[in-house]
Amino acid sequence: MTEILTEASAAEILVSVFLVISGVFGLVGSFGLLKLDNTMARLHAPTKATTLGVGGILIASMLYFLLFEGTLSFHELLITIFLFLTAPVVAHFIAKAHIHRHESPDSTPPTGCARPWATFETDEMREAVEAAERGEAATSEARLKAERG
Amino acid sequence: MIDHALTFAFACFGLALLFNLYRIVVAPGVVDRVLALDTLVINSIALLGLYGILEGTAVYFEASMLIAMTGFVSTVSYARFMLRGDVIE
Repeated sequence: MTEILTEASAAEILVSVFLVISGVFGLVGSFGLLKLDNTMARLHAPTKATTLGVGGILIASMLYFLLFEGTLSFHELLITIFLFLTAPVVAHFIAKAHIHRHESPDSTPPTGCARPWATFETDEMREAVEAAERGEAATSEARLKAERG
Repeated sequence: MIDHALTFAFACFGLALLFNLYRIVVAPGVVDRVLALDTLVINSIALLGLYGILEGTAVYFEASMLIAMTGFVSTVSYARFMLRGDVIE
């Protein structure tokens, strides 16, 4: 153990630490896919932990090429940005598909107002609510004008 | 030292691929299968990145960029199909 540590340079330690951490994150992300007990909870593990794992691998690879080969490559950064942009979009699409296939307006938690969750709101319901809001705004403006005289 | 860390990361992501494969085969619903497929794509991107470090070439990053784009488009179209029964309206 001490031999390994004395032989290793700081750069090697840095790259190795990134590799090990991202490996653990990737494994935890996929294990969560098996272990968590409903679909909405299972959505969290791959979209967060696995994306972080891949980001760690790509940072480790950038550091490796910078420190050992002497070249700075931006491909990895491009992939990282792409994954960080697309992971939430994918998660949102999958969650929406799950809600429409397996949930109903009655089984979702209460919204705390008269309107349902946006994905269950039909165009007619939204128009009715917005018309009522416009009506309220118009009456309050009229009241203000009347108060000012 | 990097070799040992690489081996560890390869083992982790290989095991993760096996977990995803199990979740694709044994899943309570089709939504979970699509989620597992998306995770499979992301894990294979990580494996390609690791292989690029092992070989010391940057060729594999082009490949993993392509796989990332294909994976995103395919997952979104699966989700559209689950929602609407139709990909392009």
